[in-house]
Amino acid sequence: MLKKQHYIISVLVVLLVVALLSLPRQAADRLKLAISGIFLPLFGLAASSQEAAAKSDGVLTPREELLREINALRASNQLLTLQLQQAAGIFRDDEQLRQMLNYRRQKPSWNLQPARVIARDPETWWRCVWIDAGRRTMAGMRTNLPVLTADGLVGKVVNVGETRSRVVLLGDPGLRVAVLVGPFALNGTATAGSSWMRENNMIDIENLFGETADRTVHPGDEVKTWGAGGVFPAGIPVGRVVDVPRREYGTTTEARARISAHLDALQNVWVMILP
Amino acid sequence: MNWLNTIFILALAYVAAFLEGQFGLLRGILGAQITLLPALMVYTSLTAGIGAVGLLAVFGGLWRDSLSEDPLGVSILPLFMIGFVILWKRELLLRENRFAQMALGLAAGAAFPLGTLFLLLNLGREPLLGWSALWQWVAGTVAGGALAPMLFGLFGWTRRAFEYPAMKQSSFREDREIKRGRQ
Repeated sequence: MLKKQHYIISVLVVLLVVALLSLPRQAADRLKLAISGIFLPLFGLAASSQEAAAKSDGVLTPREELLREINALRASNQLLTLQLQQAAGIFRDDEQLRQMLNYRRQKPSWNLQPARVIARDPETWWRCVWIDAGRRTMAGMRTNLPVLTADGLVGKVVNVGETRSRVVLLGDPGLRVAVLVGPFALNGTATAGSSWMRENNMIDIENLFGETADRTVHPGDEVKTWGAGGVFPAGIPVGRVVDVPRREYGTTTEARARISAHLDALQNVWVMILP
Repeated sequence: MNWLNTIFILALAYVAAFLEGQFGLLRGILGAQITLLPALMVYTSLTAGIGAVGLLAVFGGLWRDSLSEDPLGVSILPLFMIGFVILWKRELLLRENRFAQMALGLAAGAAFPLGTLFLLLNLGREPLLGWSALWQWVAGTVAGGALAPMLFGLFGWTRRAFEYPAMKQSSFREDREIKRGRQ
């Protein structure tokens, strides 16, 4: 049996929902950040418990294993140092040639800052994570900064709070990336795709222009960021083409690619701080 | 106890909203994220009043949406509708029956994502709808059915721990005692 109180509360709830859904995007995002701030103590608790678990793991790890790991890291460090020296030589030569040709450097070196993934979107129909980097904890943090791992591009920063930020991942309907595909560098757009049934860790490459009979896309071709659009610098690995559906008509080609970064198992990422 | 019960419900909703985003263990194993809110709404609407239902819908929905890319407030209405319908018909429901709790949990688990999706599509959003979303819906429905009776058990235990036990009524009444012998 419904009472007057039921109707009043129902109307209040509906009005609240209408008011919230009518908020402008920026105001809604700010309110979201403010509300999610209520979870800060729990985020802190989770971080400290992870640290404690890592410490206890360190105490329990046998000395023999630690020494073996140190030796492996030393060897890897020496190898990387040698490679760095070799790269530095190439860089110097490149710089000299550029000066001789009076050609300005296009790509400044990447300023990467580490961040940790602290939460994922509770809904599976969005691809989005929270990282522990915000305006107060990372200098230069702002929206539209690329986020990547050693495997490749992960996504971009969409909301920045004081200590946390939200990152929209590759394959989310809200993220489109201009890419170059294959050895012939055909340009296209990486999107979540328009097909009804989509797979995890897959993206569609739409509007691939410039294809001819001998310049085409093949499975296995590398997909990299193009640099157009101003958000993502050129040359960040995005994925590899897995198949190219046969084209019936039209002037552009489409392809499907597997994302290089393991988005389902993200733990640590790098935020590329751009000027 | 009513306020204490509401506080427990909201506290559980708060922790559940956080855990859904924080721990990816279940998501990694099942490939789907389990949510506690529909089952919690079933429990709330069967044991508490419209005030608690409204509070859970508003706070649970806001906390969940604040960690999601969903528009803020989109989860409130589906949650409230589930609670409101159950509350409306609760005199006809066998609320102590485990099977009834499970059936309501299943229905709530199925209705919550569908309601949210309906609102999202009407707001012009384009969520990723694929095999994973279908699997998520099935897993969410089953989880709703499994979690609802468990919540009744958990809150029953909490109530017993925090409330004085009800005094057993004896059939003996002193005022009805027949005094024998001479006064």
